[in-house]
Amino acid sequence: MQSMLFTLSAAAQINIPLLTVIVVIYLFLISYLGWRGYRATQTAADYLVAGRGVHPYIMALSYGATFISTSAIVGFGGVAGLFGLSLLWLTVFNILFGILIAFIFFGKRTRRMSHHLGAHTFSEFLGKRFQSKFIRIFSAAITLIMVVYAAAVLIGAGRHLEGIVGVSFDVALLVFVLITAGYVIAGGLKGVMYSDALQGTLMFIGMLLLLIITLSNSGGLTRAHRDLDKQYHRILSKEHLTAKMNARADKFKIKLKSGTELDLAKGYMGLLGKAKKTGRAPGAEDMRQLLLPQLENPTAPIHAADAAKFFQATRPYIMQYFIMNSLRKGGHRGWTSMPESGTPIWWLIVSTLVLGVGVGVLAQPQLSVRFMTVRSDRELNRSILVGGVFIIVMTGIAFVVGALSNDFFFGKFDGLSAIGVANGNTDSIIPLFLSSSMPPWFNYVFLLTLLSAAMSTMSSQFHTLGTAFSRDIIGASGLLKTDKPSDKQSIITAKLGIALTMLLTIILGYSLPKGFIAAATAIFFGLCASSFLPALAGALYWKRATRIGAVASMVSGFAASLFWLLLVHAGTLKKLGGTSILAGTAWADVDPLMIGLPVSLIVFVVVSLKTAPPDKEHLELCFKQ
Amino acid sequence: MFGLTDPWIILAYLSAIGSVAACVIYGVLNWNKGGATPEDLAEDVAWGREEEEIDKEFE
Repeated sequence: MQSMLFTLSAAAQINIPLLTVIVVIYLFLISYLGWRGYRATQTAADYLVAGRGVHPYIMALSYGATFISTSAIVGFGGVAGLFGLSLLWLTVFNILFGILIAFIFFGKRTRRMSHHLGAHTFSEFLGKRFQSKFIRIFSAAITLIMVVYAAAVLIGAGRHLEGIVGVSFDVALLVFVLITAGYVIAGGLKGVMYSDALQGTLMFIGMLLLLIITLSNSGGLTRAHRDLDKQYHRILSKEHLTAKMNARADKFKIKLKSGTELDLAKGYMGLLGKAKKTGRAPGAEDMRQLLLPQLENPTAPIHAADAAKFFQATRPYIMQYFIMNSLRKGGHRGWTSMPESGTPIWWLIVSTLVLGVGVGVLAQPQLSVRFMTVRSDRELNRSILVGGVFIIVMTGIAFVVGALSNDFFFGKFDGLSAIGVANGNTDSIIPLFLSSSMPPWFNYVFLLTLLSAAMSTMSSQFHTLGTAFSRDIIGASGLLKTDKPSDKQSIITAKLGIALTMLLTIILGYSLPKGFIAAATAIFFGLCASSFLPALAGALYWKRATRIGAVASMVSGFAASLFWLLLVHAGTLKKLGGTSILAGTAWADVDPLMIGLPVSLIVFVVVSLKTAPPDKEHLELCFKQ
Repeated sequence: MFGLTDPWIILAYLSAIGSVAACVIYGVLNWNKGGATPEDLAEDVAWGREEEEIDKEFE
């Protein structure tokens, strides 16, 4: 496979001893920071909320580095390679919702209220605010779904290690989790946040360099944009496909009948489809049989091996032609244009990617807990500046570079687009772009960037998952006495919880389908927003919000979102191998968030107004300035 | 602008830059605002004491 060749050539460029030294130094630094966290962790409050005295720079970078994982860079960067610059709207939402609104309207109140209530986790905060053990346990249970997202992050990191270093994906996954496990379990949230800040700094430098090199390679932004537009229309055309197929046929001394190229391409796609169903690659003899009737001289001898080689060489062109034309039918209009409004592609980009991920960030447990780690609003004000700049450098650059990778591939690989080079797998686009376009030294820098991105997100996920499991589910349900913040048992159960969720993540990491990174991220963000957002906003701003209202809102939002995800949403069902009950209608393209969030909001308001208002004394404690 | 013709993409670029500018301006204007109040510190002290007591209980 062509992508395999790129991967191997990239691996060959890497100097393994040098890489080992760099990675060892990096791991030494991370371990040192984990150890610092371990030394500074005396109480459960240190372990859970870093003692509430974190520096604004560390807070902002930790928030940013947790927010931006490899899935934002590799997964969504690859999606931008397929869909183009329309993904930039996600950057806008990331900054507006993920930083400005999150810090100013959610962060400050979350910090203050959790301080008054003595809450140490996201679920504990919601539970104590609404005086409900059910809310605490239920929200912690939803938080546990984060293992799917953690697994997606893990796959992203594993794929990249596989692409750059050439180690096997399975080994990469395992090594990666073990390293992260070490410093999360030992250092608690302090260890996590100290290492996040170092990782955030490395990510910042890596992404800036990526933009500078990409732009200088492509002759500037304006030229690259213009080229993208021209190339897009060329790869859609039948003439482009025909010319490339004939050029490859010549190499293998095959003469195709004029005008039959498209039929041949369709036949090959049929073979690939069959192969996918049976789980076996198409046989060389099948390919020879497919080729024979399309030859100008059908009686000329042709070897099955040559037929297979011919199809291997033309496969990226055939795939790109069919994928891009089917996107075009779905409303895609190019890498430098928004899709046509109301079409399936438009819904995918606007509702799932931009709104689902952009708004979903407000109700993320692993991000909310960071607001509880600073002493005052001043630290949050300062963090907004650092956070905003950090996010545009991360996602803005990832999406622009993802889209521009098409320009590079088209010139370097004889008329192939990103999706063609990656053989249809968006997760491979960014790794392939890096290994084929960047100077060899940059691969070391970027390896650290992506290791950092993945580790910082995963460490926080594991910390949140472990504490949700131990403190909110086991602890609050009374199975173990872990509810007192200083109880040493609480640190031990949190550590056990973290180890357990890590194991689960590894199992999922091995079993999730390909190309699932961006989808898994979007699913988790959407589920969180549908279940938590109205209740969280109400907890912070609405004194009339009641316990029963919050319970009803969370349960209905979660149920509606899950129902839509598993029975209606065509995009998810396609990946899971099912079909939508509303297939063929526009509803099948609407993201679960667009259904779950309104349901949860309406239920919250209506039920709260119909039930008795909460206790005044409790409200005074919560809303104390 | 920048070789782009679709106004939605141009707007996306501009909005991204504009929202970062908003973050920077907000951060600079509020750099020293909202520091810890005496009540916050009192809460911290009370919290610390409570933790000490619980620790003693378990020793």
